[in-house]
Amino acid sequence: MSVTEVKVPAGYVPVYTKPKSLSEARFTYCPGCHHGIITRLVAEAIDELGIQERTVGIAPVGCAVFLSDFFRCDFVQAAHGRACAVATGIKRANPDLIVFSYQGDGDLAAIGTAETVHAANRGENITVIFVNNQIYGMTGGEMAPTTLPGMRTVTTPEGRDVRTTGYPLRMSEMLAQLDGPSYITRQAVFDVRHVQMAKKAIIKAFKNQIEGKGFSLVEIVAACPTNLRVSPVEGNKWVVEQALKYFPLGDLKVRD
Amino acid sequence: MPKGFVVIDKERCKGCGLCVAACPFGVLAITSELNPYGYAVAGVIAPEKCTGCAMCAQMCPDVAIEVYRAVKEGV
Ligand SMILES: Cc1ncc(C[n+]2csc(CCOP(=O)(O)OP(=O)(O)O)c2C)c(N)n1
Ligand code: SF4
Ligand code: SF4
Ligand code: SF4
Ligand SMILES: [Mg+2]
Repeated sequence: MSVTEVKVPAGYVPVYTKPKSLSEARFTYCPGCHHGIITRLVAEAIDELGIQERTVGIAPVGCAVFLSDFFRCDFVQAAHGRACAVATGIKRANPDLIVFSYQGDGDLAAIGTAETVHAANRGENITVIFVNNQIYGMTGGEMAPTTLPGMRTVTTPEGRDVRTTGYPLRMSEMLAQLDGPSYITRQAVFDVRHVQMAKKAIIKAFKNQIEGKGFSLVEIVAACPTNLRVSPVEGNKWVVEQALKYFPLGDLKVRD
Repeated sequence: MPKGFVVIDKERCKGCGLCVAACPFGVLAITSELNPYGYAVAGVIAPEKCTGCAMCAQMCPDVAIEVYRAVKEGV
């Protein structure tokens, strides 16, 4: 690694280093992709809670499909959309494990809607990290249920027409209406302050599971700069100026 | 001796520029140096201004930045 080429001068102490529950593998995400920040925050949360040895992640189908390479903990890669069902099985079979799913919006809010809703409604004691980038990133930028009205994608070249394809699906608002979930929140990672808030939410969602409080979901409104065809810095701006109009940030349900 | 010191892992860096935009003190820039994957990597252009605030590392999507802080100021 090139890090070793640079010598840290005497008299300095580390204030930020790579989380130990991450492996040496480089992330496979595109430059500036919010998945990278979110993946790192999950690892930081696992480190801070000291649960690496008993954590099992469920990877989705989508750009985060290779999560098992990035983490130093056990992983199962679920069929598209089925992560909450797989997490349910693992958690029920061995309640001592800490089980989290990490899913995109195509995975969680399209093909996996039913699994997500029912796991939430049953109040399964699992943690769900939901990366809403309003697009099918991995397959080349097709419209997702979460795509914004008027947003251009490869399958909506003139912009999403709500008359034929409906409106951005607000999964977190829907799930917050159910009695089952314990914690539903929507966060973002477009600047340092929000990164820190998102990390706090992820830690809380894991703590809830440790304390047996039941289903916790952290939605993160993210940018996919590649399919937006903008620079990473402009991707951050897109989240603030466009995505947050439909996906306002904040806690939607907190049961203590 | 500056308050902070950052180490950029050139193999991990993808030159996205989010650290450059996040640094409040203009310490970082995207350089013309290419890594083995073809990305123009971030580098330190004003080391004396680094405070070790770690805002760059907080925004880095590729966990490519380590941040260090001086134990005592002005040693
Ligand atoms: C059963 C099945 N249907 C469709 C696909 C194709 N497919 C792969 S990824 C994906 C959508 C990914 O979008 P999202 O979940 O939002 O993840 P992102 O890449 O945006 O993070 C689809 C439809 C598949 N792999 N399996
Ligand atoms: S396609 Fe989009 S979501 Fe997928 S890795 Fe690239 S930027 Fe991230
Ligand atoms: S944020 Fe990370 S990946 Fe992006 S340019 Fe800076 S060091 Fe490189
Ligand atoms: S630690 Fe702070 S001052 Fe130093 S490069 Fe990073 S953001 Fe800039
Ligand atoms: Mg997506």
